Amino acid sequence: MKLDLAAVEETAKHLYIQALKILPPDIKDGFKRLDATETDPTAKSILATMIKNIDVAEDTTNLLCQDTGIPIYNILIGRGVEVDGHALKEAIRKGCERATTEHPLRSSVVHPITRVNEQTSCGIKVPVITIDFSDKDEFFEMEMIPKGSGSENGSFLKMCIPAEGVAGIKTFVVDKVMEVGGRVCPPTIVGVGVGGTSDLCTKLAKKAGARPLGSVCDDPEGAKLEKELSAAVNMLGIGPQGLGGDSTAFAVHVETAATHITMNPVAVNIMCHSARRARATFTPKGVEIGF
Amino acid sequence: MAEHVIHMPCNEEQIRELKAGDTVILEDWLYGIRDATQIHMFDKGRKTKFDLNGHAVIHTAPNVKKVPKSNFCPAGYESVCIGTTTSQRMERFTRPLMQEYGVRMVIGKGGLGEDSRAAFKEFGGIYLAIIGGTAALETTWIEQITDVDLEDLNPECLWEFKIKGFGPLLVAMDAHGGSLYDGVKKTAEDRRAEALASMGVSS
Repeated sequence: MKLDLAAVEETAKHLYIQALKILPPDIKDGFKRLDATETDPTAKSILATMIKNIDVAEDTTNLLCQDTGIPIYNILIGRGVEVDGHALKEAIRKGCERATTEHPLRSSVVHPITRVNEQTSCGIKVPVITIDFSDKDEFFEMEMIPKGSGSENGSFLKMCIPAEGVAGIKTFVVDKVMEVGGRVCPPTIVGVGVGGTSDLCTKLAKKAGARPLGSVCDDPEGAKLEKELSAAVNMLGIGPQGLGGDSTAFAVHVETAATHITMNPVAVNIMCHSARRARATFTPKGVEIGF
Repeated sequence: MAEHVIHMPCNEEQIRELKAGDTVILEDWLYGIRDATQIHMFDKGRKTKFDLNGHAVIHTAPNVKKVPKSNFCPAGYESVCIGTTTSQRMERFTRPLMQEYGVRMVIGKGGLGEDSRAAFKEFGGIYLAIIGGTAALETTWIEQITDVDLEDLNPECLWEFKIKGFGPLLVAMDAHGGSLYDGVKKTAEDRRAEALASMGVSS
């Protein structure tokens, strides 16, 4: 399968706009679940407003949240796919830029030192493009995540030591959820990375936070940990927007990687309630757009 | 928990009447302000042409569309999506906003810190919590962008909005030192040990 780069550019543009306007079905279901179990009246009214906002955004074809985020494109390339890697990255960048100027969208991206905004949502190494490979034949996938800054600022890494054990990991997650309170726009998905090197650990946390609700960590130990942590953080009473209630997090998601005998790293990366995500798959049958 | 409708600008007496937990709907005028706006106003010596005395500022950087100036779009900007950002980053600007410009209300999400609490008490100000991430709804409360200042900072300019039925907003920090965030913080601290124990961790 030869990848059509014009279609890639168009899809990169489309996914950015779609992600900003329509929440994935698993997140909508997550809201229904929280709304059904929430016992605090203020929290219930906040959840109701959030649910109303999802409808208003779709009815008015407007953005769910004003934060257009840092654009992230996660690419998965299967077997038998012919593509010029450099041209692929250029096409994605062009699509991202066109979404910003043609819609138009707020460019939320600035130079880290001068703070100059190019008004394109692009800059040095942004959009963030990650590339991985799959064993599926003639398959190409593009996942787009506009990562909001309120929750991205709720990112932490601790190089725990082995003597701190899993208890150190659990304590770190609970304490960080407490520390960020309402600043990260709860109810959240708390992404947790366990193991790896410092950079891999942070990457795992980001991956975990962006996983669909209802998905489970492939590693049974990680799956066990995310279940325990999901229950624990929702005992804290932080609630939607940090104004109290049962619904602090939709879930805690964990991703794991092997680590060094002397290391025990843990990272937290939080996804806000506007857990935006869009996905396209390219196969010989054509392009399919979803979540 | 009283419900109030306040036409802007307002005075100190109106502010002192509000208590944490009350709800407020704002009418008429609102100013959008952000990190860079305040860094330029308070660290880089720039001044705004707007008279913010008795007004409300909202922590925002909107999505806008540049259009030719008209009666409906006098500033040459049409609103696309206007929402609210996390307030805590702008904590150190609450005091100068009130002291130097007479601002009475700060609207944002996630709450502000101790210096803001003290400034609200000292000068007569409040923090109104809006629900973050509900910008599509918030946009329907804004009639038009009437003016803009410090325009080179786009999207972090100082925006002037004409508003209608902006809210309900929750008085989360009042002018008497009251804060809804205190109770939540205490609950979380009290429950921390129980949450850790549920996972077999002693604290």
